[in-house]
Amino acid sequence: MLKRKCWLSFVLVCVLFLIGACSNSEGDNSSTAMSGDTNGQSSSQAQEIRVRINDDPDFLDPHHATASISFQMILNMFEGLFIPKQDGSLTEGVAESYEVSDDGLTYTFKIREGITFHNGEDLTIDDIMYTFERLMGLAGGEKLSNNFDNVDSIDTLDDTTFVMTLKEPNSNFLYSLTALQSAIIPKSNDGKHNENPIGTGPFAFVNYSPGSSLELKKHEGYWQEGLPYLEKVNFIFQSDDQAAVMNLLANEVNLTGIPGHRVSEVEGNYNVSHQNNNSSLIITFNGDKEPFNDVKVRQAINYAINKQDIIDSVFSGYATPIGSNMSPAMGDYYLDGLQEVYNRDVEKAKELLAEAGYPNGFSTKITVSSHNDIYSSIAQIAVENLKEIGIDVEIEVVEWGIWLERVYSGRDYEMTTIDLTGRPSAYEVLNNYISENDAENFFLFDNEEFDQVMSDVLLESNRDKQIEYYQRAQEILNEQVPAVYIADYQILWGSTNNITGLKSYPFWFHDMKEVKFE
Amino acid sequence: MFFYLRRIILLFITVALVSVITFAVFQVLPGDPIRTMLGTEADETQIENLRSELGLDRPLYEQYFTWIKGLFTGDLGNSIRFSMPVSTLLMERLPVTLSVASIALLIVLLVALPLGIFAARRKNKASDVVLSSVTQLGMAVPSFWLGMIFILYIGMNVDFFRINGYIPWTESIQGALSTLLLPALTIAIPQVAVKFRYVRTSILEQVQLDYVRTIRSKGLPEKIVVYKHILKNAMIPILTIFGLITAEIVAGTIIVEQVFALPGIGQLLITSISNRDFPLVQGIVMYITVAVVCINFLVDILYSVVDPRIRLR
Repeated sequence: MLKRKCWLSFVLVCVLFLIGACSNSEGDNSSTAMSGDTNGQSSSQAQEIRVRINDDPDFLDPHHATASISFQMILNMFEGLFIPKQDGSLTEGVAESYEVSDDGLTYTFKIREGITFHNGEDLTIDDIMYTFERLMGLAGGEKLSNNFDNVDSIDTLDDTTFVMTLKEPNSNFLYSLTALQSAIIPKSNDGKHNENPIGTGPFAFVNYSPGSSLELKKHEGYWQEGLPYLEKVNFIFQSDDQAAVMNLLANEVNLTGIPGHRVSEVEGNYNVSHQNNNSSLIITFNGDKEPFNDVKVRQAINYAINKQDIIDSVFSGYATPIGSNMSPAMGDYYLDGLQEVYNRDVEKAKELLAEAGYPNGFSTKITVSSHNDIYSSIAQIAVENLKEIGIDVEIEVVEWGIWLERVYSGRDYEMTTIDLTGRPSAYEVLNNYISENDAENFFLFDNEEFDQVMSDVLLESNRDKQIEYYQRAQEILNEQVPAVYIADYQILWGSTNNITGLKSYPFWFHDMKEVKFE
Repeated sequence: MFFYLRRIILLFITVALVSVITFAVFQVLPGDPIRTMLGTEADETQIENLRSELGLDRPLYEQYFTWIKGLFTGDLGNSIRFSMPVSTLLMERLPVTLSVASIALLIVLLVALPLGIFAARRKNKASDVVLSSVTQLGMAVPSFWLGMIFILYIGMNVDFFRINGYIPWTESIQGALSTLLLPALTIAIPQVAVKFRYVRTSILEQVQLDYVRTIRSKGLPEKIVVYKHILKNAMIPILTIFGLITAEIVAGTIIVEQVFALPGIGQLLITSISNRDFPLVQGIVMYITVAVVCINFLVDILYSVVDPRIRLR
């Protein structure tokens, strides 16, 4: 008994010591934590930003990544021969200058000197060759992209001159030379591009913890003098929009997308900026199925749906109406006025429906993904609108994975709603509707003139004439309405007041290069 | 000895059964991991390349047996979504979930037990009635709602608490507590309510028994009656409910981690299911299975410690 008591008191003493030790270290840590906090508040010295992102990247290897959410982050680490600009045009990046031969087949690039990778190595012509050999599957591996199927050969002339020869002229070719499609990566990092990505961009990879964060740091040897300003960029993954707003209010993040209806809570104390996202939010139909194969039915639905209601109630007004698959964010390429064509007109809708042989309407189903609330909200408004012209629509909500499998790639659907993400090139914004584009034409749109316009534009090197082609393509979409073109909804960014240098692009990119805390 | 052997065999059978069921469910579920991951921007080449790279184009039974073979060598395979070994992902997140669960369990123990004894001793007095009705409320509150209320009213107002992410213990103990305390409390409160009622009832049941009357009439002080005799006898049902509660706490972390954006196993489970990341789901389900079986095992052993009359058979 006595023995046991001794033992017990020994344990007790040990525990006391432990608690003492803990509280000691607590004291130490609290002081470090405190200083950390003050850093976070007076971030003007710290130059560290925390940006909230909805989801993890699919890959960090830029040649494997396809999701736009990945590029939103990793474009800070990588550069291509060209760099996309805010207005959708291109500027020279890793390539200092370039020439195109008269037949439009041979592209000669002068590689910029003095570029270093994040690991300190100089960029050489071998790395450029390696990058394109890897993408095209010339170096033994499988080909990683279809973008270079039109490339006949690649070659080097000397240490700074790189040549690509095409099979057929393609006026859109330069757009496949940005970091979105062909980020330049070092040969020496072969086999480790996903675990330890290395590029030439303004920020270098530090750490990735799945489901939690992606940390980047300043690339000291960046070729653009004086940039970037930030020392550290931390992308924090959080899927819930509501929680993200709270995190902004609690200063846990410095920049986040916020839902339109919560703008009033952050306005004043935080900067709220909106950006046309260059996406096309559409309600679309399966063009192969009756009655949607009849253009009159599609037009009737266009007249019946109240786009302004959708913009007001789902996006709190923060959206720009569109009339075809292009947003005003595309600048010159965008054809203005089409958004007025299908102003709501229930009588006209009924007439068109009757002409098409459905005077009493019909029943159908709209399949929407559950990964974002906006889709089911849009569907609900559409259902009410269509009821007025006698079309009875049932809403089916499915998981994102199922939507992709069944609707997007399986084409087993009647109606659906989705936003098509923006790309810097007008060609890629519109090429979804080319009848031969099996992968993306899930509307099953098949229009000869459209196909013709889209193949002609690739042969045209004059920009003004290209614009004419692209605008004609938009007119065709507006006449044939393979979808109800609703709006380009704006992304609302809430950010801490002292951040400057945020830029918006016609595609998803959180460009941190010129961001700083004042 | 035989008891332990049987338990281990049982563990293996459970794991095997659970793995077959998860695998089967995953084959039935619509949705394709590759497409979910790559989204609408992927072209067919990328999809097909990735599929063959990950071995998802092989026959089902082959995929399953590769996985089982890996399990025996301690290799849980690679996550599809994160292109990383499942074991690395689990190891990174295990500390978070275990911390939340242990703190929650500790809170339940420290609050429910004394409170239950207290209420039982004051049966039908005002304090007992108040406690019983308050706990009724505690049981009815869903934990996701409680979590959000905590974030809104405590997390946003009290500087100490952080409402996002996790700070490892090794970095700062205070930091870890600031991220873990609220989630643990969220899980603990409904459990405290349940546990309190169990403790109270099982003590009240003992009080009516003959032996209590005997020792009382023998003149033993009330303290000894309650703590030495009644509590000891009431321990068996309390232990049983403990096993169940621990399992519930493990399950509770799944919801709470989502609410507090804690990078734990539960959050990983939700991500992996919506991404159809089969190897990762399988890995997590294995962890949960093993954890629950082990807890039950522990409870069985504790039975014989508390009541030596119970033999482990």
